[in-house]
Amino acid sequence: MTPVRISIAAGVGAALLILLVLELIRGRRLKERYALLWLVTGLVLLVLSIWRGGLNTIAGWLGVQGYPPAILFAAAIMFVIAVLLHYSTVLSRLTDDNVLLAQEVALLRARLDALERHETADDAATEPQAAERRAG
Amino acid sequence: MTQRIVAVVPAYDEEAAIGAVVAEIHAVDPAIDVVVVDDGSTDATAEAAVAAGAAVVRLPFNLGIGAAVQTGFRYALERGYDVAVRLDGDGQHDAAELQKLLEPLGRDEADVVTGSRFRDEEGSYRPPLGRRLGITWFAKLVSLLSGQRVTDTTSGFQALNRRAIALFARDYPSDYPEVEATVLLIKHRLRLVEVPVTMREREHGSSSITVVRSVYYAFKVTLALLVAMARRYAVPAEEPHR
Repeated sequence: MTPVRISIAAGVGAALLILLVLELIRGRRLKERYALLWLVTGLVLLVLSIWRGGLNTIAGWLGVQGYPPAILFAAAIMFVIAVLLHYSTVLSRLTDDNVLLAQEVALLRARLDALERHETADDAATEPQAAERRAG
Repeated sequence: MTQRIVAVVPAYDEEAAIGAVVAEIHAVDPAIDVVVVDDGSTDATAEAAVAAGAAVVRLPFNLGIGAAVQTGFRYALERGYDVAVRLDGDGQHDAAELQKLLEPLGRDEADVVTGSRFRDEEGSYRPPLGRRLGITWFAKLVSLLSGQRVTDTTSGFQALNRRAIALFARDYPSDYPEVEATVLLIKHRLRLVEVPVTMREREHGSSSITVVRSVYYAFKVTLALLVAMARRYAVPAEEPHR
């Protein structure tokens, strides 16, 4: 059976995680899209901490006999891996977007440079020698 | 009808070589426009290219060869060029051989023409053993995957028609792009033709593939190739046209 103190500590920890995530969302420091997995993580850990009978049952299913709180750790690690994997996909997308933006900026700048050169050439057209000097 | 041709030249810190590369292309055919893609160089590559009469696209920071080349293809697509030829900015591709690459495109026998260093069995290009093994390995692998004889999958000397430009402008691999790009072409059923060319020794700087890195390179690209075969593409394989 899970020691009561562990259930209390884990429950408090999970509750703090949920509160922290909610506060970050409220303060606009965390986008909902990236908070969802963290909220699910917090809720699952909270449920597993408080619902002591459930934790024991699940431990029994998985053949964990000595120490049911091991299931808490396992669940926590699983969710952390899920969050990290999610971040890797986000990072990949950001990298692609970043490349696209850099290319777009470079192409626009080349277009702008060409336009400006064209204007300068038009201005200089009234003064042919200056244009020649610039071109040379 | 004359085709509008643009030479795409990716360059990273090539201020010493880039001017000659641009001048050489113009000497071969003054009608070919040259766009140098400056991949975030720290030296005066862009200025040297402008002075030589090229259009320059300056990437705000170093994106790597694949993204730099793709920038050039996007430039070609935007400006409505019919043909894009890719040459390296270090001067190892001989512009005098451009015509050989353009001919199959002109006859509409290919969508992409690659200058192969190994097509000609008597070729003078003899890379060090390690690199030669790597190149052979990729050639065999890609040949197997494509059901077509491909001898040089790492050549950056390529001519593309509009169909191929449109594909690469939308989707082009990033790190060591040539091998994967070949797979991409096969997947989209574009016609790939190789013509024999000779490569010069690098005039300046050193190749980006050192001996120490080549094993890592070989492993990484093999993995990338296998992933490339299974990967979902940004452009559906059924309709390579835009």
